[in-house]
Amino acid sequence: MSKEITKLIHKYLRHDKKFPHVWCPGCGNGIVLGSLIRAIDRLGLKKDEIVLASGIGCSGRLPVYVDFNTLHSTHGRVLTFATGIKLANPSLTVIAVMGDGDATAIGGNHFIHAARRNLNLTAIIINNQIYGMTGGQFSPTTPYGSNATTAPYGNIEHAFSIADLAIAAGAAFVGRGTVYHVHLLDKLIENAILKSGYSVVEIISNCHIQFGRRNDMGNPVAMMEWMRDHAVTVEKAREMETETLKDKFTIGILANEERSIYNEEYDKIRQKAKN
Amino acid sequence: MGNEAIAEGALAAGCRFFAGYPITPASEISEVLSDRLPQVGGTFIQMEDEMASMGAIVGASIAGVKSMTATSGPGFSLMQENLGYACITETPCVVVNVMRGGSSTGLPTCPGQGDVMQARWGTHGDHPIIVLAVSTVADCFEITVRAFNLSEKYRIPVVILSDEVVSHTRETVILPSSQDIEIIDRMTPASPPEWYVPYKSDSTGIPNLAVFGEGYRYHVTGLFHDERGFPTQRSEEVKAFSNRLCRKLVQGIHEIQIAREFMMNDADVAIIAYGSVARSAKSAMNDARKKGQKVGLLQLITLFPFPESHVDNVLSQCSRVLVPEMNMGQIYGEVMKRVNRHEIDVEKYSRIDGQLITPDEIIHELIK
Repeated sequence: MSKEITKLIHKYLRHDKKFPHVWCPGCGNGIVLGSLIRAIDRLGLKKDEIVLASGIGCSGRLPVYVDFNTLHSTHGRVLTFATGIKLANPSLTVIAVMGDGDATAIGGNHFIHAARRNLNLTAIIINNQIYGMTGGQFSPTTPYGSNATTAPYGNIEHAFSIADLAIAAGAAFVGRGTVYHVHLLDKLIENAILKSGYSVVEIISNCHIQFGRRNDMGNPVAMMEWMRDHAVTVEKAREMETETLKDKFTIGILANEERSIYNEEYDKIRQKAKN
Repeated sequence: MGNEAIAEGALAAGCRFFAGYPITPASEISEVLSDRLPQVGGTFIQMEDEMASMGAIVGASIAGVKSMTATSGPGFSLMQENLGYACITETPCVVVNVMRGGSSTGLPTCPGQGDVMQARWGTHGDHPIIVLAVSTVADCFEITVRAFNLSEKYRIPVVILSDEVVSHTRETVILPSSQDIEIIDRMTPASPPEWYVPYKSDSTGIPNLAVFGEGYRYHVTGLFHDERGFPTQRSEEVKAFSNRLCRKLVQGIHEIQIAREFMMNDADVAIIAYGSVARSAKSAMNDARKKGQKVGLLQLITLFPFPESHVDNVLSQCSRVLVPEMNMGQIYGEVMKRVNRHEIDVEKYSRIDGQLITPDEIIHELIK
C-alpha cells in the first residue's frame, strides 16, 4: 500500500512546490486530494488534459500542490472560470474544487447556474461547515445553533444541503461522501469525472480547529467518528424509517440523470449558424 | 451602429469567445456576437451576472482563445474583481464599457463619461491596465482590433470606453479587408515544457503565455507569485513581480499611448477631449477656425497609461486649454497634474445631466 502511495505522490505532486502545505494537521482537505488523485489515476487520464481549478479558502489551496494545469481563481467564482476554460477547449477535463462558503454563499449564484446549464464539468465541494481560513465564521452550511466566531450566541440561520441544492438546480450527477468513507469517496469522484454533464460531489469534512473546537466535537478522530455514526448509505436509508433518519445524512450517489450537455448543444448551434 | 462595429472589430481581431450579461446600452454587442460567433466556430455564452462573464473570459483566454465581454457602468463595477485577477495573472482579454449616465443605476439610456477613473482604478490594489476611448463608429471597429492586439502583446486586460451616443450612433463605415488588418497574437513558449518558467522576468517584462492543455502544466493564481507561478510572500519576490508588472508597458509606451491631433500646428487654444465629446469638440474647433480663432483639438484615444507626452506638448504650446467631459473632470484632473507653468489657463467643462456636450457649448466656453 505505502509503495503505491509513494508512486502516486511522485507522479502527481509538484516537486518544485515548496511544501509543507498550508492545511492544519488532521485537516480533511488532504484526504480529498488523495481521493481525487486516486480517482484520476484509476481513470488513466493524462495530466496534460486535466484542469484543476479552485476558488478561495483552505480548499482553494488544493490545486497548487498537484502537477496539472491549475488555476486558483477568485472567491466563489471558480465555476465561471471553469466554464470559460471548458468552452474554449472542450477536450480538457475540468474539475473545480470549492469550499462550502465559496460554493454556496459568495458563489451560490454561479453554483446553481452551472448546474442548470449542464456543462461537462466536475464540481467538488469540501463542506466543513465553517469559514476556516478566515478564522471560524459561520457559513451557509453551519448547523442551526452551532457556535462560530461571528455567531458567539449560536447560529440562528438554517443550513443549506449542498447536494439537495445541486439536485434542485438540475445537476446531472450528485454524490455525497465524507472524508471518513474514503473508498466511497474515491468512487464518487471517479464517477463524477466519468459522467457526461455537470456533476457535483459534496464531501463532508472536518475543521476541528475552527468548527469542532467551538462545538465540543473534539479532535479530527472524534469528528470522523461522528461522520461514521451519522452517515447512512443511500441504499440503507431506503430501508430505514424517516424517524430513525432524523439526525443522519445520506451518502452515495444521490442523483444520476441524463440531460443534454451544453457543449453538445452549442455544437448544434454552430451547425445551425453556419447553414 | 457603434456596438455592431465593436462586435465586428472583435471578430476581425480573432475574438472567438464572448461572455456577457444583458445591460443597456451595451446589449447589442451581445446580440450581434450571439449570432456571429457560432458562424465562425466561436462561442457566445450569456452568463448569470457580470462577475461570471469576466471570470469566463479570463478562463477562456487562459485556455487559448481570445475573449471579450461588454457591459455598462453597473456591470463594470461587478467586473472589477475578476478584472483585477486578469491584471495580476496577466491574462489577455478585452472589456467594453459602454458608459451611461450616473452612479448606481443612474441614467441607463443616456450617455456619460463617469467611469474613466473606474476603468483605471476600479479594481483594488496597484496594477497596470490599458484604457482606450472610442468616438466614432469607425473607431469602434479599429480601436477594438487595436485593443485585442495590445492585450495580446502586453498580456494585459484592455478596457474600451464607449458611451451611449457612440455605441448607438449609426454611421457608414467601410471595414478594411482582413489582409489589411494587423493581428497580433500572444507569445507562447518556444521552449519545451520542462524549461518553461511561466512568469520569467526578461528584458521585456512580458512572459510567454502557455495554453492550458498543451503540455505546459503550470499554476495560475491571483496571489502574488514567484516566477514559477507559486504563491509567495517573500518581499524580494513580491517586489520583483510588482515591478515587472509596472514596467512591462514602459518600452511599448509610444504604441500604447494613442492620441490624434487636429489643427494643433498653430493652435493657441486647445481642446482635449475623448469619446463622443471629441465629436462635438471637433465641430466646435472647425467653427472657431472659420472665425479665425487658432483652436486645435487633442483627441485622446488612450486614456491610460495617460498620454503624458501628447498632453505636455499641448500644455507647452497653448495659452488656454479646455477639457470638456461628461463627468466632473476626471481627465481634467490628469491634465492638471501635467501643468508646470503659471501662464497657462486650463479649464474644465462638465455636464453630468445625461445630455451630450454640444459644439455650441464648447464654443461658448472657448470665447468666454
